Amino acid sequence: MWKRDEAVKPTSQPTPAAPVASNVQPSVPAVQQAEPRRIERDLVNIGKSVVIKGELSGSEDLTIEGQVEGKIELKEHLLTIGPNGRIKAQVFAKTVIVLGEVNGNVSASEKVEIRDGGSVDGDIVSPRVAIAEGAHFRGSVDMQKKGGSSSTSASTSSSVKPAPAPTVAQAAQPAAH
Amino acid sequence: MAFSDLFSRRRKDEPDLDTGAAKAPVHSTKVLAKFIAGLNGRTSPVLLDLGSVTGSNVTFFGERLGCKIIVEDLSKDIDRAVKEKTIPDLPAQFGRRFSQEDASVDGVLCWDLFDYLDKHAAAALARQIVRLLKPEGVVLAFFNTAEPKEPLPAVYTKHVVVDQAHLQYRPYPAARGKQKPFQNRDIQRMFEPLRITEQFLLKSQQREVLFRKTGGPAAGAGA
Repeated sequence: MWKRDEAVKPTSQPTPAAPVASNVQPSVPAVQQAEPRRIERDLVNIGKSVVIKGELSGSEDLTIEGQVEGKIELKEHLLTIGPNGRIKAQVFAKTVIVLGEVNGNVSASEKVEIRDGGSVDGDIVSPRVAIAEGAHFRGSVDMQKKGGSSSTSASTSSSVKPAPAPTVAQAAQPAAH
Repeated sequence: MAFSDLFSRRRKDEPDLDTGAAKAPVHSTKVLAKFIAGLNGRTSPVLLDLGSVTGSNVTFFGERLGCKIIVEDLSKDIDRAVKEKTIPDLPAQFGRRFSQEDASVDGVLCWDLFDYLDKHAAAALARQIVRLLKPEGVVLAFFNTAEPKEPLPAVYTKHVVVDQAHLQYRPYPAARGKQKPFQNRDIQRMFEPLRITEQFLLKSQQREVLFRKTGGPAAGAGA
């Protein structure tokens, strides 16, 4: 009968069920070690049970799963409102991703995303806005352009495209007045 | 239940409601291009969308046309009124619904919302639209011209702009079906003093209408 030699078992074998933080072993190569630590440092969470009333500001990316009332300011960073997040606040960030609920105006210098199940009641100001199917939104969207106001006359003339004929289900005809 | 049944059931449920975006039919539209042309030359026009929020429409009107978009999804108001059995209160609700100032909106997208309203509610909503619209502002609305043959369950339609000449129709569940269609003269009276400047009858028996507010700055304000 073959007998396994425990001594030759590689020491860097991963332990999948173990949590990320405790998975770091001395024998793991340096590159593999660095990745979980970096993630740990960059992701800052406000947990489900946390309630904050007042002004919240920071200089790193933030995920909120709890409740915040007041003002949130992360001007150069990503703010994620998690599925459990409940926000009653004015929000200022570089990018805002909403999976939970926001009651208040949202201003982002880069992008606002309302994902499926996310809800925003308030006005959005951002150059890019993405609203997913299944998202709730009530308010206004102002996709301000850098470098002056935009007039529809220029954009409409350039946006006229030929009709994609094969997919058309019906043709229109003028009605008698 | 067999394993394969899980997939067949999923296939059956998916395409028609909301998630079946890719398979939803694309229809031609004549009036959308006219509506967009009606916004021509306005700096950062304000657009009021009374339909369900659609990400690609926000991108189309916001990014490409430079509009500020106000989303007021009235289908949710109708659904709530059905559930709470307050449909008769809809006219009064519409009277209080819009916090915007008189003559503050350049364009209104009504889509086919009026098909789901009875005469009084439709008239109340039309009065608000007239009040909100700026002089020379435009309104896009679709009206069913045939007696509704509403599928069960009832559906609203999300009108997704493909381009200026095409809309994708995506149905999604509604609490109320389409109501009796309005006569042409009823539509004209409802929206007075707006003028119908374009009107197209589609083969689907849907009437596409473009209204425009004419006259001086005071026209229609406070109606």
